[in-house]
Amino acid sequence: MTELKPDELLAKIDRNPPASGWMDTPIEIRKGIYCYAANPKSVEYLGLPNARKWNPLEKDWKLPENWQEIIHNGFKERLEKFRTFKIFMDICVRCGACADKCHFFIGTGDPKNMPVLRAELLRSVYRNDFTTFGKILGKVGGARKMTLDVLKEWWYYFFQCTECRRCSVFCPYGIDTAEITIMGRELLNLIGLNIDWIATPVANCYRTGNHLGIQPHAFKDMLDFFVEDIEEVTGVQLEPQYNKKGADILFVTPSGDVFADPGTYTCMGYMMLFHYLKEKYGLDVTWSTYASEGGNFGFFTSHETMKRLNSKMYAEAKRLGVKWILGGECGHMWRVVHQYMDTMNGPADFMEEPVSPITGTKFENAKSTKMVHIAEFTADLIKHNKLELDVTRNDHLKVTYHDSCNPARGMGLLDEPRYVINNVCNNFYEMPANTIREQTFCCGSGAGLNAGENIELRMAGGLPRANAVKYVHEKHGVNMLACICAIDRAAFPALMEYWVPEVDVIGLHELVANALIMPGESKRTTDLRGEPLLGMEDEADE
Amino acid sequence: MNVKYMFPLAAVVVLMLLSYVGAEAGGLSALFGIVIPYLAVIIFIAGFARRILDWSNSSVPFRIPTTCGQQKSLPWIKQNKIDNPSSLGGVILRMFFEVCCFRSLFRNTKNELYNGSHLTYSWEIWLWVAALAFHYAFLVVVVRHLRFFLEPVPACVKLIEFFDGFFHIEFVDSIIQIGLPGIMISGIVLLAAVIFLFLRRILIPQVNYISLAADYFPLFLIMGIACSGIFMRYFTKVDVIGIKEFTMGLVTFHPVIPEGIGGVFYIHLFLVSVLLAYFPFSKLMHAGGIFLSPTRNLANNTRAVRHINPWNYDVPVHTYEEYEDDFREKMIEAGLPVEKELK
Amino acid sequence: MNDKSKIVIGLIIFFVIITSPFWYNMGKAVSVPEPKLSDKAKAAKVCVESKEYMKTNHMHILDIWRNEVVRKGNRTYTNSMGKEYNISLSSGEESCLGCHGDKAEFCDKCHTYASVEPYCWDCHINPKEKK
Repeated sequence: MTELKPDELLAKIDRNPPASGWMDTPIEIRKGIYCYAANPKSVEYLGLPNARKWNPLEKDWKLPENWQEIIHNGFKERLEKFRTFKIFMDICVRCGACADKCHFFIGTGDPKNMPVLRAELLRSVYRNDFTTFGKILGKVGGARKMTLDVLKEWWYYFFQCTECRRCSVFCPYGIDTAEITIMGRELLNLIGLNIDWIATPVANCYRTGNHLGIQPHAFKDMLDFFVEDIEEVTGVQLEPQYNKKGADILFVTPSGDVFADPGTYTCMGYMMLFHYLKEKYGLDVTWSTYASEGGNFGFFTSHETMKRLNSKMYAEAKRLGVKWILGGECGHMWRVVHQYMDTMNGPADFMEEPVSPITGTKFENAKSTKMVHIAEFTADLIKHNKLELDVTRNDHLKVTYHDSCNPARGMGLLDEPRYVINNVCNNFYEMPANTIREQTFCCGSGAGLNAGENIELRMAGGLPRANAVKYVHEKHGVNMLACICAIDRAAFPALMEYWVPEVDVIGLHELVANALIMPGESKRTTDLRGEPLLGMEDEADE
Repeated sequence: MNVKYMFPLAAVVVLMLLSYVGAEAGGLSALFGIVIPYLAVIIFIAGFARRILDWSNSSVPFRIPTTCGQQKSLPWIKQNKIDNPSSLGGVILRMFFEVCCFRSLFRNTKNELYNGSHLTYSWEIWLWVAALAFHYAFLVVVVRHLRFFLEPVPACVKLIEFFDGFFHIEFVDSIIQIGLPGIMISGIVLLAAVIFLFLRRILIPQVNYISLAADYFPLFLIMGIACSGIFMRYFTKVDVIGIKEFTMGLVTFHPVIPEGIGGVFYIHLFLVSVLLAYFPFSKLMHAGGIFLSPTRNLANNTRAVRHINPWNYDVPVHTYEEYEDDFREKMIEAGLPVEKELK
Repeated sequence: MNDKSKIVIGLIIFFVIITSPFWYNMGKAVSVPEPKLSDKAKAAKVCVESKEYMKTNHMHILDIWRNEVVRKGNRTYTNSMGKEYNISLSSGEESCLGCHGDKAEFCDKCHTYASVEPYCWDCHINPKEKK
């Protein structure tokens, strides 16, 4: 945890920009804000450039001799490859509408965390290198040369953006800082400026199929461990299937849910749902140890790395011969699946257009990519009364719902999870309108920033979200923050502990599993976490 | 002294002096009246086309609209067809609202830290109001000016003039001497909006911090244009027939410089020329860019219709075979199915 | 995705619109209207003020005249040379129209050309106009 107390952090927020202009204000790379440099082994394993040991706090970043040339050429190449990038470099009018939309600006007051300035960091170099006016006018024209200081500024601030796209909702031209940050990070990666919290999971994922580096046998062990836990609570024995050829559906979810609480309970939720559907309707779902990662930290590295990691989903679906893929609860995973996967690694013509074999519903919206979000899938089951639910088993919870950035602004998955929540629990309260749906606030730890060493940044960036949770906690007594993202489930417990300690974090399918009446189950006295259900406090103790 | 606005202010003042002195005393009325305007139009058109074509040369590898509402998914879930369009019609509507109503700017909120611990968000509409007022006033002013460029003057231009002057505001005061010709609302609104946008940049600390000289220059330029126009219409008065003779000469390619057109007119004309020529090289190209912005002009249907990336290329991947080779023994031990048994 | 053709079409439409004044007037010989002076006006040689001043400021004089007459009852105008004139737009010989008798040829021609619609005639009538 950061040494700063919450009120100290709040008191530190100073919205007044410094007296000196932003180009003349040197940066100081500060502990608690920056993330450690990538482990050279990970960089090397991936075959990414300039693997070496380096430290951002040291003066010498051990860059290649011709790094300026590499950046310039990389910049040029990306301007040609991405219209977004080119247009976003050219058309910003600096109206400032984005400024106070960024959770990092709100939480830190650092003017370079205003989306517009984050983009200006690149634009200033763009003007100098690629526009006539910039070349002639120089600094007055908002242009500056690519120097080591500028580079350090890039590195520092492109790893203070979680690519949440909230600013893009408010921008009159749709300028998307996520896109700017993606390009900035791609350029930085060209000269080996990565952070370890991203590069090592990527290397892990490349080798073992998941970010955490869980090897196949261990993956199975972990799920088998959940089987025991579930049996303890429900008395039902599950038999999850792995790498099964000819299954109906391949299920892919972030490995974070296999690894750490409270994601583990969400994972149990999936397993229980699949068991239920198998027993009742004969649905055949398989897990994969090869494609055992839904998330994609490659997305936070470069488009190419994203594609390299993502390729496993289709490859595994093809190898196993499944009809279609079901995707678990995850934020940026769904941005990648929804907006990139089919384009990068498709066409997925070896699968069938997804149809729920239980309800007969055709998922028209996924007919090309052939991957369905589990919230869509479950909402459809509930709508058709295919799940037996005891809603009172969530009565000990007062739930609010956090829209994850990517499903909200890179997909539009807003009402499906709400429909599910409203059908599996009785106490649901929305946070204020300016903090949910397409205006939702990031957890502050997305896009690979969920490290330990940048905890001050994470707590500051998560402030707007935590503040909204605090509001419903104080107003309605909310004690549970539901979400559909594994990074949320990893990041929120710390954030809540810091800002709203009374609130815990839960995945959507943990709520579903609490309510789901399993065939042959024994009387439940606790939820999946072993917490007594409302009115069962005495029985649970026995 | 802030170089970010002093420099563009000085530039605009110099431009004004240049044209006034040049045309009035320097006998360069042909340069400022004929050569420069033609040149400006040519630069505008060529520059605009070049910029747009340059943009269009960059590919759109991925379909990444910013979704601002419920997606199209299950039939019983109500889709937000405008803010999260899944069809061409929806995209057209979204773009219409974006271009004509500044939909995204309309959402603008203001965040404050209340009592040092509570974050609040309030609707902040003034930027939207000023932006909309500015752009529409500018449009009306431009359309109104068509009376100088078309003969006979079409009914639609007359209609706009009629509504623009509809309120017959008359400041009956022989000292200020505003009364006739009738006041046109658009000119006043334009000037007021530009001044608001300028003051915003000066007074709001964050906006001030991000502003560049390139943000102040067009504001000063437009202020100069609006002021010189208003000055001519209401204060110094000009020979309108003479000016139309001149403008008609330009558009029929028989340029003439009639006698007796004041220096203020040359300031006005020169600033407009500068604005036109500056346009394609500046942020003013947002006018064209908004149509091409891939986060707004694409349907959110990527999972239903495959989007093609023209430069998609093969990347090194870690295949299942390689993976199994790495872990075969452990997989077999754990009872996981494998493709190849151990030898 | 190849959207270049769409972009080019859009661009062409935009250019056609902004260059419309060039197309609209193509092939037309536009002559500048000359207000026709009546014999009386020709003979008088001067108006209430100089020709140049009247060209640009007549609407302003009329505006002040109206207020002088309607609000103050003052029917005398003293011009910059000190000469006095009767203030009237359309009544009798000592009025604007008294000298510039042909409204269509003297007033309307230029007003139409410059797309100006004065509201003089909301209240006044042209005495020579046949009803």
